[in-house]
Amino acid sequence: MVKLPIYMDNHATTRTDSRVIDAMMPFFCEKFGNAASRNHSFGWEAEEGVDKARNQIAALVNAKPKEIIFTSGATESDNLALKGVVEFNKDKGSHVITCVTEHKAILDSCRALERQGKAIVTYLPVDKYGMVDPDDVRKAITDKTVLITIMFANNEIGTIHPIAEIGRIAKEKGIIFHSDATQGVGKVPVDVEKCGIDLMSMSAHKIYGPKGVGALYVRSKGPRVRLTPVMDGGGHERGMRSGTLNVTGIVGLGAACEIAAAEMPAEARKLIELRDKLHAGIFERLDEVYLNGHPTERLPGNLNVSFAYVEGESLLMGIHDIAVSSGSACTSATLEPSYVIRALGVDEELAHSSIRFGLGRFNTEEEVDFVTERVSKEVKRLREMSPLYEMAKEGIDLKSVQWKGE
Amino acid sequence: MAYSDKVLDHYNNPRNVGSFAKDEPNVGTGVVGAPECGDVMKLQLKISDDGMIEDARFKTFGCGSAIASSSYVTELVKGKRIDEAMTIKNTSIVKELNLPPVKIHCSVLAEDAIKAAITDWKKRKGEASANPADKAAQG
Repeated sequence: MVKLPIYMDNHATTRTDSRVIDAMMPFFCEKFGNAASRNHSFGWEAEEGVDKARNQIAALVNAKPKEIIFTSGATESDNLALKGVVEFNKDKGSHVITCVTEHKAILDSCRALERQGKAIVTYLPVDKYGMVDPDDVRKAITDKTVLITIMFANNEIGTIHPIAEIGRIAKEKGIIFHSDATQGVGKVPVDVEKCGIDLMSMSAHKIYGPKGVGALYVRSKGPRVRLTPVMDGGGHERGMRSGTLNVTGIVGLGAACEIAAAEMPAEARKLIELRDKLHAGIFERLDEVYLNGHPTERLPGNLNVSFAYVEGESLLMGIHDIAVSSGSACTSATLEPSYVIRALGVDEELAHSSIRFGLGRFNTEEEVDFVTERVSKEVKRLREMSPLYEMAKEGIDLKSVQWKGE
Repeated sequence: MAYSDKVLDHYNNPRNVGSFAKDEPNVGTGVVGAPECGDVMKLQLKISDDGMIEDARFKTFGCGSAIASSSYVTELVKGKRIDEAMTIKNTSIVKELNLPPVKIHCSVLAEDAIKAAITDWKKRKGEASANPADKAAQG
């Protein structure tokens, strides 16, 4: 019998791997020094831990250790990359290119820059699979463009963008290229050299590390990327991010990266197998279910499905012993359905009906089987209760109906 | 967000789910909301000639609170006269189900559904009595 509740929301966060915790433990009580203390062994021990982590992270993404700048997480990394680059390059230009399905940390940083009159931002559309067309990137470039920022993989629908191609275009035009790789790092191979990435955000808690720590990769050569710090202070992290280093967290991020590097091929294979089983199981049992995101170019653990005629939050309520998330308006603070799903051009009703399953390291086949049955059963129950399902079965075209209350 | 026990109860054991046959006489149907907004309620009331609500059915596409609101109103209106049912305010649904502020629109929709169903019944009844010949011809 499976143990309930089942956690299948690994794009939101992941359970910290016990091996990561083991690596962190000594840095709480024994090696508790400040990594910036240069003149005693406590400081040296802490610095050693941080240096090791820098190496572990750099190895995972093919960077140099000194190019890793520690932050409090991917949101801070995104803010630093965007605001730092735009501010530093304000004499060169102020045009930024991004896309509509980016994480809010990117979109809201762009909005803030626009509001302050510091940047003009182009928000590129995506195709029906959520993918940016590199040609659109090329066409959007002007002589004022200072930064292109496109995420590695989308957090809702798992679509992996053609990052290497965009990187080539950026290089060719001499424009700095940032990628929010929070969902990609540790899950799929990410190589900053092959992809031509100049700046890259990542986070520990998405890869079985602790919350509250992340990093920004900042290219040091070809080109050397410079940015204006957002956080001023003691000049830590080569002056780009002041503040005493979160040594325990950083050690955890390093350990998480080392594990990911070693286990990625086998883990990705396992996750794809489980994900495909979940996908097939749901699609066999239910009619009118739709996959959101790219059919092949997607994160191994991601499955985003719209269950037509069933509202997402009510479905979550029915499967309360399974932790997944929904693009339904009712689960968001803004009362708007997911902007990512809507950007795919699907009907708004289907955006309200979307569920994101996020499989991870600790999920089992037994859990997948349980979730398949439970979700299918609940969708059927809710459809029996749904006036839309009834109308569709009667052959009424829902789009032709004049709804009251629109 | 935690749901109130009453919302959970209506969600897990919805009362009076279903539909009356469309051509059944004395049935008023109210469909309110829109799929793009994430809420559609269909409320059907079986009303006697003298205006007494004898039975009710609902189907709802929407969140748990929307389902609970419609389930609750089917219980609430049964046995009421239509003029009495027309005075039901969404606030009494909010109170009964302990709906949080973000879910108040669910109660508003449920109130609208009652009004729409009764209006539909009146319209159909009016048409039936105004044009008995037409009805006979159609039937």
